[in-house]
Amino acid sequence: MQIGDAEIVDTFAEAFKMSAARVIITGLTPEWAMNSAVSMTGFATSIIGCKCEAGIERTLEPEETPDGRPGVSVLLFAMNAEGVGKRLLERIGQTVMTCPTTSCFNGLESENKTVVGGQLRFFGDGYQISKVLDGRRYWRIPVMDGEFLVEEEFGIQPAIGGGNLLILGEDIETTLHATETAVAEMRKVPGVILPFPGGIVRSGSKTSSRYKFLFASTNDAYCPTLRGFAPETHVPEDVGCVMEIVIDGLDLPSTEECMRIGIETAAQNGAKQVSAGNYGGTLGQYNIHLHKVLESQLVS
Amino acid sequence: MSLKLTLHTSPTVPLEAENISPDCVEGLTAAEIAALPAYHGNQQATLGDFFTIEGSANGEIELEGDLKKVKMIGTRMSHGRIVIHGDAGMHLGTNMSGGEIVVEGDAGDWAGAEMSGGVLEIKGNAGNALAANFRGTHVGMQGGEIFVHGNAGSEVGGAMRRGLIAIGGDSGDFTGVNMKAGSIIVLGELGWRTAAGMVRGTIVSMHEARILPTFTYATTYRPSFLRLYLVRLREMGLPVEDAQLNGLYHRWSGDSVELNRGEILIFDR
Repeated sequence: MQIGDAEIVDTFAEAFKMSAARVIITGLTPEWAMNSAVSMTGFATSIIGCKCEAGIERTLEPEETPDGRPGVSVLLFAMNAEGVGKRLLERIGQTVMTCPTTSCFNGLESENKTVVGGQLRFFGDGYQISKVLDGRRYWRIPVMDGEFLVEEEFGIQPAIGGGNLLILGEDIETTLHATETAVAEMRKVPGVILPFPGGIVRSGSKTSSRYKFLFASTNDAYCPTLRGFAPETHVPEDVGCVMEIVIDGLDLPSTEECMRIGIETAAQNGAKQVSAGNYGGTLGQYNIHLHKVLESQLVS
Repeated sequence: MSLKLTLHTSPTVPLEAENISPDCVEGLTAAEIAALPAYHGNQQATLGDFFTIEGSANGEIELEGDLKKVKMIGTRMSHGRIVIHGDAGMHLGTNMSGGEIVVEGDAGDWAGAEMSGGVLEIKGNAGNALAANFRGTHVGMQGGEIFVHGNAGSEVGGAMRRGLIAIGGDSGDFTGVNMKAGSIIVLGELGWRTAAGMVRGTIVSMHEARILPTFTYATTYRPSFLRLYLVRLREMGLPVEDAQLNGLYHRWSGDSVELNRGEILIFDR
């Protein structure tokens, strides 16, 4: 399949069941809400080394937030609900509560909940105050700029992680342009994040290594400098650079839509080829076929 | 069509009509509802002696007529909706635990007394002891929400334990007396002796207030939690100004004759 000059490889992305939560951070100004969100989603690119994957979903206008202040919506993914709960507690405690003027609210309705504010309240050392409004409990924790307001519980739901695209281009500048442009469009899809720096990962990995102490290593089949002698290569002769976009989504339709937009945008902005990474379909619970994702848009 | 009760004979003394409640009329026919007992002073009567009853008990009850002497409407209700097209007598929604009551006029004393859930909206004025504890009990309101668009009398929220009371106008003396927790927001002015005996809880006023000497000034700040409440008040049609939503409040801690963990927040005009 071709989109313009770009080949869309007939392959699939192998994605995994995860769990996720949505956190709404508000601040006195949009900048302070964003400062906190950037901090909260730092060092959260890959579950492998960071224990979670987190990113900014979008900014929120005052009328969209529970307290009528400017805000940011953050999504956080982990392998299971317990992992989400632990990371929320750590990150909200260390990067939202610490940030001037912020308040923190749950952004996901779910029967499965984890206690966050109900744990952070102990930082108040007995001076904390509970408020219940419209069936939700909030904690007011006294801090040096006034009070930190945080919701007692946050919802957790099943989600999908590891949707991905591989963008192959002539050189680093062209490939980066195609990928950056794709990222900008993909980020408009609600319910997804692209957890890597700038939404892009340059050091894609494979799930094996010659070293016993590592379980993952460089994706040599997509390393252009190894094309001459790697055991297997997927780098065409006219490709000098490969970039990867990893997508985590709250549900399959959002993830697929995000991938569709990414494929089309990259293909229309200089990519020579768009592909995806998988493990032969033996590990992940979801196989997202690139051609099917594109065809579903044609049908609709 | 919801159940409609229209007053055809005005009571000469207070009529205790606690059977006017969705819980009590559920599944009954109009005739059966008319036969429900009601105390007219010290005489047992029936609802049908005072009301014409039409429609079916589908969870919503509408009341028409001058009901100033009709007491205990909605007592202990747990679900459903009551709409009173006019004024209501004392003890409206006493001990209610769910559902919604809307009064388009005024409500008498003890409205919402010791309620634990549901929503009570009074478009006019409320009397004394709104959501308060009865004499001899230690806890008043324990949950739910009350919205009064007009004024309220004295002892609003006495011994309150949880919930929200919002007054669009003025609130009388002893607002929040012996309050244990919960929130009272008054967009008008407070009377004397606000929060006397307060243990915990929050009272907010948008005007200068007379603060008891057993309260201590803490700071002037923007209470972030208050925004949630003021947004809720706006949703219910109470006139919250942008300046109040975004503004600074003087915080007073007390009552020091008790635990000293309560607060009065006064809007900084």
